[in-house]
Amino acid sequence: MNGYAGKILRVNLTTGEIRKEPYPENVARDLLGGRGLGIYILWNEVPAGADPLGPENKLIASTGILSGLLVPGAGKMDWACKSPQTGGYASANVGGHLTSELKYAGYDAIILEGISPRPVYLFIDDDKVELRDAADLWGKGSMTVEEILKKRLGEDFQIATIGPGGENLVKYACITTDYGRQAGRGGVGAVMGSKKVKAVAVHGTQTVPVADPARFWQLAHEMFAACKASPGLELWQRYGTAGVPTWANEIGAFPTRNFQQGTFEEHAGLDGKVMRERIVLTDKGCACCPCPCGKYSYTKKYGVFVEGPEYETSALLGGNVALGDIEDVAYANYLCDELGIDTISAGNAIAFAMECYEKEILNREQTGGVELRFGNPQAVFTMIERIARREGLGDLLAEGVKVAAEKIGQGSYDWAIQVKGMEQSGYDTHAAPAMLLAYMTADVGAHHNRAWAITYDIQVGREKVSEDKVAKVIELQHVRPLFDVMGACRLQWIELSIDVTSYAPIVAAITGVERSWEDLLKISERVWNYTRMYWFREVEGFGREWDYPPPRFYKEEATGGATAGKKATWEDAMQLLDWYYAQRGWDQNGHPTEAKLAELGLKAYLK
Amino acid sequence: MRLYADSSKCCGCKACLLACSFSHFQENNIHKAALAIVPHFPDPGNYVVRVCTQCGECAAVCPVDAIPQNDKGAYYIDPELCIDCGACIDACPEQVIFKVAGRDAPFECDLCGECVLFCGMGVLRIAE
Repeated sequence: MNGYAGKILRVNLTTGEIRKEPYPENVARDLLGGRGLGIYILWNEVPAGADPLGPENKLIASTGILSGLLVPGAGKMDWACKSPQTGGYASANVGGHLTSELKYAGYDAIILEGISPRPVYLFIDDDKVELRDAADLWGKGSMTVEEILKKRLGEDFQIATIGPGGENLVKYACITTDYGRQAGRGGVGAVMGSKKVKAVAVHGTQTVPVADPARFWQLAHEMFAACKASPGLELWQRYGTAGVPTWANEIGAFPTRNFQQGTFEEHAGLDGKVMRERIVLTDKGCACCPCPCGKYSYTKKYGVFVEGPEYETSALLGGNVALGDIEDVAYANYLCDELGIDTISAGNAIAFAMECYEKEILNREQTGGVELRFGNPQAVFTMIERIARREGLGDLLAEGVKVAAEKIGQGSYDWAIQVKGMEQSGYDTHAAPAMLLAYMTADVGAHHNRAWAITYDIQVGREKVSEDKVAKVIELQHVRPLFDVMGACRLQWIELSIDVTSYAPIVAAITGVERSWEDLLKISERVWNYTRMYWFREVEGFGREWDYPPPRFYKEEATGGATAGKKATWEDAMQLLDWYYAQRGWDQNGHPTEAKLAELGLKAYLK
Repeated sequence: MRLYADSSKCCGCKACLLACSFSHFQENNIHKAALAIVPHFPDPGNYVVRVCTQCGECAAVCPVDAIPQNDKGAYYIDPELCIDCGACIDACPEQVIFKVAGRDAPFECDLCGECVLFCGMGVLRIAE
C-alpha cells in the first residue's frame, strides 16, 4: 500500500498481547486515514455506551497519508477515543516528530485497548514492540519522563507521555510529545491514564513507499518552493501564532476575564515581539515544516523551559485569567505541560472559578484559601496544580466547566463557556456569527480548529447573519479537518497561502490512486458525518440542543474593548443552526438524513 | 565548494534529511542522509546541524583510494573500488558518512544541493 506503512499495531493492555494487523483497505479507500481511521475503529470496536475510562474504550493514535513524507508540514497525528469529557467523539491533533517516526517504524496507527494491571510504557523499535514497566515513571511530569526515556533509550526515540493530570483522570488531560506539543483536547490523556499507559516510545528506520517517486519529487519541490516564496513566510517564522494576540485584541476577539469581552488592556505584554525578545530561544518545527510556529522559550523569572506560549495559551491563560506578563503565562504553560493538562480548558476552568469567586458564589474557604481573582498569577499556578492533582476545588474543576457549573449552580451555567461539555478555545464570539456557529457545530465541542471562520466574519461584516456565512463554516469544516485525515498541518495553506488544491496531486503521486481535490473533500465530509452519527449513537438525547451556544454570548453584551456593547442573539443563533442543518442535508434535530448518508456511501459503515 | 550550516536558524524539521534521502535513493528515510540534526532539549534548547565540510579525512584514510573528488570538489565513494571496510565512516569528524543497507559502499555528501532547496529556514548554503 503506497503511502502507508501498511500495518496497525494493536496492543491489548489487559492481556499484554501485541498484534500487527494489515491496514484496512476499505479505510484507505473511503476514509484515507488519520482521523478517518480513528472514527472507524471507534464505531466498529468500541461498544455503544462504553465507559470512556473503562476497558472497552480504545485510544487510537493515527498517522495520515502525508505523515513522515517530504511534504510541507507533514508531521501531524490524530489521537481519537470516546471522550471522557463530552461522552462523544474526541479527536486531538498533535505535531512534532512522533507521527513520522511511527511510520518509519512500520506502523500507520496504534490501537491501545483494555487496561493494564500496572503502569507500563509501550516500547517500539521497528519490529521490536514491548510493554515495559513504568512504575518508576508513574507520578512524574510529562517532560521529565520524556527526558528520562530519551536518556534511557536514545535521543532518536520520539516520546509521547501523560503527566499526573492524565493519571488522575482530569477530563481534559493531554498527551505531550517533543517537549511541549500536545494532543490537548477532549481528555485523550485521561483515557491513556485510565489504561495505565504512561508513555509511548517510538524509533523507526524504515522507508514509506510512494507510488510514483518521480512525480512525488517534482511536486514536493513545487510545494516547498511555494512555501518559501510566500510573502507571509518571514513574519510567521519569526512569531508563529504569538503574532495573533495583537490582531485578536484589535478586532475584539481575545478572550478576556472569562470571555466577558474581547480586548484585554494588557495584551501588549503578550505580543509576539515582546515574547521573542524576552523568552524565545529557538524556533522549533514539526516534521518537514518550513514555517515553524513552535517557539521554544526559557523564562528567567521562573527558571523553566517551555515550548510556547502559543496563541491559544496566551489567550486562555493570559487574557482570559487577566495575566499580561508573558513570563507569567509561560510559567502557567509550563505547569500545564508538565502536569499534563490542556491549557485551553484549564484557562477556561480557572477563569470560570475566578468569576464565581468575584461574584461571591465561591468563598475563600471553598477555594482552599486561594485569592481567586482575575490577574493573580499565583492563584492561576496554584489552581493548575490542584486541578492536575484533583485537590480541593481543583477536583471539581478537573471535570470541566459544564459539570462545575451544574454543581455550583446559582446561574453560573451562563458563564460556563463550553459547547457539548468542551470549553471554548481562544476567540470571543459576542460579535462573530460565523465563528459562533463554528464553535456550536465543531465535532468535538467548542474548538476552533475545525473552522476558523472569524476571518470571514471580518471580511463580510461582523453583524451580518447570513447563509453565505453558514456555507463558509461548512466549507472550512471539510477543508481543515481534511488535513487531520491526511496527517499534515494546515498552516502552510492558511498562513503561507499555498494552493490548497496542490495537495490532491501529491496524494495521488503517493498512493497511486487519482483523486481530485473535490474527491478528498468528499472523504472529509464522509468523516464529518460519521463522527456526527457517533454522537447520536453514544449520547442519549443527542441533537439540536447539543449545538447551542454558550449563553454568555447571547445574554450579555461584551463589557468593553473593540466589541463593547455587542452580543449575539438567540434568534440569530437558531437561524444559523436552521440554515446549517439544511445546507448539510441534516434534519432540524441535526441528524444526517438517509439521503445524505446514502450519497456519502456511509450506510455500509454504520452497521 | 562545500556545504555550510547556520545551526542557530535550524528548527529541527528534518526536511533536509528527507531531501537528501529522496535525492539519492528515492526514499523518504531520515536515516539515509549525509547530514544530521542533533537536538539538545530540554536544556539548552537548540539544534546542532552537522554537515560534510569536505575536509578530506575520508579520502586520507581510505585504504584502496576509492574516494576521489567530483567536478564540484565533493569527495565521493566509488562503489566499484570500495571494499566497504568502514574506515571513512569512523574517520569522519562530523559523523555524516553513512552505511546504507543493501548498498556496496557508504554514502557521503556530493553537494547536490537538494537539502538547501528544501530548507525553509535558510540554514544551509553551498559556497567556496
